[in-house]
Amino acid sequence: MKKFITKRFLQMMLVWVLVSIISFSVIFFAPGDPLYMYMTPEATGRKLTEEELQAMRESLGLDGTAVEQYTSWATKMVQGNWGISLTTKEPVLNEILKKLPATIGLMGASLILSLIVAIPLGLIAGTHKNSWIDNIISAITYVGVSMPAFWLGIMLIIVFSMQLGWLPSSGMRTIGVVSNWDVIKHGILPAIVLSLNNMAVFVRYIRSNTITQMEEEYVQTALSKGIGKRGIMYGHVLKNCMLPVITTVGSRFGTLVTGSFIVESVFAWPGLGTLGMSSINNRDYPMVMGITMFSCTILLLGNFLADLLYGIADPRIKIGKE
Amino acid sequence: MAKLLTPLDKAAIRAEDFAKAVKDENKVEASFERTVFQQLVSSFRQNKLAILCLIVLLTIILSSIFAFLSPYDPDEMDVMNKMAGPSAEHWFGTDELGRDSFTRALYGGRVSLSVGFSAMVVSVIIGTLIGSVSGYVGGKVDAVLMRVVDIFQSVPSLLMIIVFFSFVPSNMVTLIIMLALFSWTGVARIVRAQTLTLKERDFVVAAKVLGVSHAKIIMRHIVPNMATQIIVAASLSVAGAILDESALSFLGYGVALPKSSWGSMLQNAQQYILYDPLLALIPGAFILLTVLCLNILGDVLQHALDPRLHK
Amino acid sequence: MEKLLQVKDLKVSFHSYAGEVQSVRGVSFDVGVGEAVAIVGESGCGKSVTAKTIMGLIQTPPGEIKAGSEILFEGTNILAMTEKEWAQYRGASCSIVFQDALAALNPTLTVGRQIAEKVMLHTKVSKADAYKEAERLLTLVGIPNPAKRVKQYPHEFSGGMRQRVMIAIALACQPKLLIADEPTTALDVTIQADIIDLLKDLQQQLNMAVILITHDLGIVADVAKKIVVMYSGKVVEKGSNTDIFYRSKHPYTQALLRAVPRLDADENQELESIEGTPPNLIAPPVGCPFSTRCKECMNICQTQEPPEYEFEDGHICRCWLYHEFAQGNKEA
Repeated sequence: MKKFITKRFLQMMLVWVLVSIISFSVIFFAPGDPLYMYMTPEATGRKLTEEELQAMRESLGLDGTAVEQYTSWATKMVQGNWGISLTTKEPVLNEILKKLPATIGLMGASLILSLIVAIPLGLIAGTHKNSWIDNIISAITYVGVSMPAFWLGIMLIIVFSMQLGWLPSSGMRTIGVVSNWDVIKHGILPAIVLSLNNMAVFVRYIRSNTITQMEEEYVQTALSKGIGKRGIMYGHVLKNCMLPVITTVGSRFGTLVTGSFIVESVFAWPGLGTLGMSSINNRDYPMVMGITMFSCTILLLGNFLADLLYGIADPRIKIGKE
Repeated sequence: MAKLLTPLDKAAIRAEDFAKAVKDENKVEASFERTVFQQLVSSFRQNKLAILCLIVLLTIILSSIFAFLSPYDPDEMDVMNKMAGPSAEHWFGTDELGRDSFTRALYGGRVSLSVGFSAMVVSVIIGTLIGSVSGYVGGKVDAVLMRVVDIFQSVPSLLMIIVFFSFVPSNMVTLIIMLALFSWTGVARIVRAQTLTLKERDFVVAAKVLGVSHAKIIMRHIVPNMATQIIVAASLSVAGAILDESALSFLGYGVALPKSSWGSMLQNAQQYILYDPLLALIPGAFILLTVLCLNILGDVLQHALDPRLHK
Repeated sequence: MEKLLQVKDLKVSFHSYAGEVQSVRGVSFDVGVGEAVAIVGESGCGKSVTAKTIMGLIQTPPGEIKAGSEILFEGTNILAMTEKEWAQYRGASCSIVFQDALAALNPTLTVGRQIAEKVMLHTKVSKADAYKEAERLLTLVGIPNPAKRVKQYPHEFSGGMRQRVMIAIALACQPKLLIADEPTTALDVTIQADIIDLLKDLQQQLNMAVILITHDLGIVADVAKKIVVMYSGKVVEKGSNTDIFYRSKHPYTQALLRAVPRLDADENQELESIEGTPPNLIAPPVGCPFSTRCKECMNICQTQEPPEYEFEDGHICRCWLYHEFAQGNKEA
């Protein structure tokens, strides 16, 4: 078990380092000096002098060769010094941590929602293969994977906020109102939009998993013991079906991260995505790097935790410890 | 000596029938195996949904190609008629500048579809190349290439593309390249898995023994034999690319104005949803319909190829 | 001998994209109380389908058990049973051992749980007692250290040990009939003999009827008193083991026997294989199914189905060679 965890952890670190190099080089090799906008009067109110620019380069770690820049940037990252935001002049990490709860809340709610919906639907579809109910569920999942999330967001806003007036269309709180219910009301539509794609993927995965598990020979053995259909479903098939779902959930963290960028833009949800989009639009270079790395970390951590959980849950993997 | 248990119709049995039979050695038993192509055709025939999807998709593609037949210019403004509802002249109404929504959606489809299909072609080429080399060569090359695939799959691709486009102006070419760069991994995995099984097959081994070069074996013997799997991956890849392109355009990082795709039409429409929800409905519906058809077709193809489903 | 199981004119088909596969086409045989019967035949001859039908494991659809088929277990037609009656019959009256124990055991449940769950289902015992019973059963099938073994998972057992676990599960609740569907095919030769010996011992010790299904005539010789030879969904010959081994009548049985290696054979004697492949069951041939591969094939074999002949008591063979008209050319 220990060996398994260590191996997974090392793999994660390797990917993390490589991702940091890629994201670093995207910005490094991109044409145009990131300080470009600070040289224009619009950004600072006056033109910066050459000395000021040099100082700024140094403070941002933008001097020296690519390797030097990368190592100095990476060392600072590890130490928790993610630089100062160019727009708010606040430490990047602070800004990110400030916005984090809103995004984590949205992602968590959407993940839970998608699983709550997907597990029963997937099991029903899988056990009633090719029946009318399976066809309806399949149709829903096809629409789910094909739906552009932002468009669904707009349509839901038109129907539920504008036409029916049931739910707010943007933000996280009504100004002047402090209540959890208010936050929940604001979160319903974004959470639904963010869940749809993952939900559809989970349903399809659980369905096909159920079908293959039902065809396994151990099901015949269980039948031959005299166990009824329900007993087989709950006592045997369910566990074997759900185990690999853990890994699938882990692999969907990427969609969750990019999805939250889109959904937060549509609903003006004050989270990491909105911060990310505005910092990209403002060329807030340290902030962009910080958010990119933070998003990758969430994603990798999600994968890692899923692997870990799978390792604990599946008895076949424990053999690795011996 | 032996007791007969089955009642026999004595009249039907003649002594001459008991002569030893002469067997026709050349008699071949009817074969029930079907070619992949036949399976495809028959599963399409059985699946009315697949036919419907094919028709819808072809209609969308053809009408985008022949968009110039529309009596309206997509950029022609008509301020007297802005944000008009559906009418006989303007089927889907007009936008905030009085341009015909239907015509614009058709022209938008040109952009969305061509970006989607081109990104698919590039990603299929990269994926097939890397996947087949990885599977064919094996060993360290395989391990390294598969690690690269892992890394590409574990970065939030859309975010990376947006970051990239915040520095590099996006146009059709860069957009296609970036979309392909983050979507070839799926094709590579499928191709690698197929290559692993195909390279053990007799015809590949025979080609090797005959001294055919490795590159030729991959191009002539391995890749053509998984054409169908690649087609499946390609149709799903087009769907993904169209969705990603629309999301990018919606966030303002897709094709630059004045060219507009379905995604950028939506970005524009979002400002006017209070006044004209129809403006947002149409391009989104086009995206949904196109992607839905591609996904369903991809699945139908996949099922047609999966022998387990024919049992 | 009192009859435990009577299979009468069993016909089972499967509906597939290519048409109706007639897997079992009128099979009849009996199993007495405590009797060991072997069903022998090539793969695809319908022997496993027959076994699964007796266990009620045929899914309908795609399977279809044709009207007119009857399986009497202690006089009751099990094919007419309700789902509830089936659940009581399966496991308690009749159990099955599959070929591949690795696939047939649930990989994520402990072996103890997989045995105990059956014990708890059919008898009113506590969980602790059920696990005790599991340990006893593991000892019975020759697995050492059962107290530790019940807590382990299937992948922690060797192939032979896993098959013993399968047998232990089958033995739980003392069924009157045990079906072993190719129980040794997935195992090494030396372990095969152990498992066959175990089955034989258990059958005698517990006075339990056993149906041994195999493609290997070699392993049934000293286990089964009665042998049923199947070909292409039909019983071509059945009789006692001496009938089959020493006075076999059907050309197919004779060919099978020539394919079994024998210790007493001349070392230069070659093993014969049966040329050709069994007929397609989607469009089975009109006459005798073996006619396409039979060396004695006559014209009538290709046009009319052969009748049954009984030789000694219970030794039955379906072949035109025993018709009076064929006597002449047999000698020739």
